[in-house]
Amino acid sequence: MKKVIRMREMLKHEKGILKKISAMGDMGRRIREMGLFPGASIQIQGRAPLKDPVAIKIRDFVLTLRNNEADSIFIEVDLPDNDQRL
Amino acid sequence: MKKKIVIALSGNPNAGKTTAFNAITGARQHIANYPGVTVEKKSGIVFHKGYEIEIVDLPGTYSLTAYSLEEIVARDFVINERPDLVVDIVDASNLDRHFYLATQFKELGVPLILALNMVDVAEARGIKIDYGRLSTDFDAPVVPMVARSGKGISELLDTVVDTFEKSPPWKPPAISYGLDIDRALDEISAIIEKSNTYDKKYPARWRALKCLEGDNQILGLLKRDPICGPEIEEICDNIIRHTMATLEEDPESIIADHRYGFIAGITKKVVKRQIEFRINASDKIDKVLTNRIIGPLCMILILYGVYSFTFWASEIPILWFDKFFDFLRDAVVFLVPEGIIRSLLISGVIDGVGGVLGFVPLILFMFFAIAFMEDSGYMARVAYMLDRILRWFGLHGNSVMAMVVSGGISGGCAVPGVLATRILKDPKERIATLLVVPFMNCGAKLPVYAMLITAFFSKDKARIMFFLTLLSWAFALFAAKILRSTVLKGPKTPFVMELPPYRAPTIKGLLIHSWERTWQYIKKAGTVILAFSVVLWAMMTFPGLSEEQTKDFEIRENALIQTFLDAPDIRGLLKNREDLTTLDNIFLSMKGATATPENNHIPPHLKDMAHTAIHLENADERNLDKTDSKYVKAGTLYLNLREQLRMIDMQKHQAAMKRTIAGWLGLKLEVITKPLGFEYRTNIALVAGFAAKEVVVSTLGTAYSLGEVDPEDTGSLSEKLRNAPGWNPLQAFTLIVFTMLYVPCIATVISIRKESSMGWAGFSILFNLTIAYAAAFVIRQVGILLGLGTG
Repeated sequence: MKKVIRMREMLKHEKGILKKISAMGDMGRRIREMGLFPGASIQIQGRAPLKDPVAIKIRDFVLTLRNNEADSIFIEVDLPDNDQRL
Repeated sequence: MKKKIVIALSGNPNAGKTTAFNAITGARQHIANYPGVTVEKKSGIVFHKGYEIEIVDLPGTYSLTAYSLEEIVARDFVINERPDLVVDIVDASNLDRHFYLATQFKELGVPLILALNMVDVAEARGIKIDYGRLSTDFDAPVVPMVARSGKGISELLDTVVDTFEKSPPWKPPAISYGLDIDRALDEISAIIEKSNTYDKKYPARWRALKCLEGDNQILGLLKRDPICGPEIEEICDNIIRHTMATLEEDPESIIADHRYGFIAGITKKVVKRQIEFRINASDKIDKVLTNRIIGPLCMILILYGVYSFTFWASEIPILWFDKFFDFLRDAVVFLVPEGIIRSLLISGVIDGVGGVLGFVPLILFMFFAIAFMEDSGYMARVAYMLDRILRWFGLHGNSVMAMVVSGGISGGCAVPGVLATRILKDPKERIATLLVVPFMNCGAKLPVYAMLITAFFSKDKARIMFFLTLLSWAFALFAAKILRSTVLKGPKTPFVMELPPYRAPTIKGLLIHSWERTWQYIKKAGTVILAFSVVLWAMMTFPGLSEEQTKDFEIRENALIQTFLDAPDIRGLLKNREDLTTLDNIFLSMKGATATPENNHIPPHLKDMAHTAIHLENADERNLDKTDSKYVKAGTLYLNLREQLRMIDMQKHQAAMKRTIAGWLGLKLEVITKPLGFEYRTNIALVAGFAAKEVVVSTLGTAYSLGEVDPEDTGSLSEKLRNAPGWNPLQAFTLIVFTMLYVPCIATVISIRKESSMGWAGFSILFNLTIAYAAAFVIRQVGILLGLGTG
């Protein structure tokens, strides 16, 4: 089932389509100019040893963001029916 | 006359812009700063098809907003200098994202050429690009290339010449940003075009766009007009209110999203990919190098490796520099008679210049190592892994490199450390880092520690050294925390950062990188450090002994010599002072201290006497032969004389030191340093240590009547201090911590000034002194309360 969740909630290797970036100002600008935009497909590549920041893959490049930044990014993912995040 | 084309080279970081620039211009590069800012401006010249093409390398940016110095510099250059063309280097594998910058150049209207770099990699990844269609849809010439191997460079230059000859006009494109924004854009453009107050350098629609994006630089300019300013402001306010109410987004975000929409409209038709997410080699390497457990271990090994490489590789060149300066010193001793000029040349000029050049090999190899880490892509991984920890202290993952180079593993140098903060992009994080790196245990502090540890903690040498390393990290991190929550307070900057694919760096790129940064250091720091070391030399020299004191010492010396010459055992051997001088020369040459004097003029009995004296001095009585026995008495007397003269000389130095500006300062400072237990001798040593920390040891040596103390061999000074009144383990530890934290050395202060401003350099002196004083105060007072330090 498709559902829009925050990027922070995504699991390792999970894929999805970016729907919305709610951050504005400095953070919003930076997130966008680094190559994140509505419609982009992304995949979680991994997390740093202390679980933060998170590394994501978009097409052929990899970005890292802190969890508080990932909180303002909404991703549409395809969740299995028994997923707790539903 | 030769025809000239000026092009601006732009591109995202990691697009291969520097590689392309090096490939086009080769070694014919010129480096300066953009006027008024510290951003590097590189330019180069290339000749092609009868044109002289000047290439100006714009700073690598992702965007053209007014929020970073680099972006302002890049767009100001394009607007004010009006280059004939902008060549935008884009990564062929990631067109969507790299076109974000290209689109903004289009918005400015400047004629643009798209150089698609690394097309070989894109092809290998199964990405197919229709260059012809891309060129039509984006309305710009497209040149595929591989900058690393030089493929496509000459086609790029062909295209530059072609495009230039067609002399395309500046023409902003018609990109739609949605109905609301478009309408506001039209209104604002109309106002701007009507007005006479605004110059026409900027396209009106671009200005309007920047207004809606909330660009302070452009808004500030427009607000100066008393009539149009408020009108424009009102339109902007209205549209913000409107979009926030209807879309919950500000115009800036909407504009950004529409740019990507415009780009996606083009790339969807032009780019064909086989797979959405490919696992490439880089991802496989990251599985190991950023793994939760193996990653940090590898990082420690790699950082340690970089640190060891820097110091290992620079060891031998530093020896060459030392040898060279020793040679210069000898030359000065030979050419210039003893006196103030010689002292100035040796202690002021040569030691000062040597101080600068001595760091050059270190800096060169440090920059080489950093360039390697940056170009290979590993530096970003370090920041990624350490961000969570360093963020808490208000620093950035990349701060760690500067701290390691400065002595984070014990033994390092804060000068390259300060320069290493250049990799930090946020100004506040950068300044916080460069202010705290002097707390690390650099190589010059180690002799001071070694001397004091040998004197007072000889049983736990290794443990104390390790503890001092941890202590310096603790001080640096907490100082950063203090700075970031007071003077350098500011919101945490967004971290979003690219993890570029791992690449083998090109040797050419590494060499150019490290050499040009080193050369800038030599040029900029050289003159200032020279001036400062002369000033410090003067402080340690003037006014010196008074005439009476000098006379007094002379009289005492003469009296000793006369008594010696009058002694019955000597009278038959030495007639006058000249004989004594000859004897001194032979004695010293036999000890191997000076060159052998001409043989034929030496009376044999003087030679024998010197010989005996040497045996006696070495307590080598078994080797005393028959000839020696005649001279035992005379030899003993001679050695006594030498020792007594040495004592007088020492007292002279001590007296002279007290009568200098530094000595005066040391005495005056006693009022302040009393709670720390430092008396004037320690104070003088600390003042002198401003030149370089290892000088603390040699100055303490003079102050405690030891003569020249070799920083490498501090045993005798340790012995002396252990028995000196007022010295005990607590006092020694207080001095160790104070030395760790107090003022950075001159070379570091100058580097801080060059990397930030005069104000921050001055601040760093005061800040470090305050921290050092507070820490030393607490240690000593708590120590006394606990009943330590009596003895």
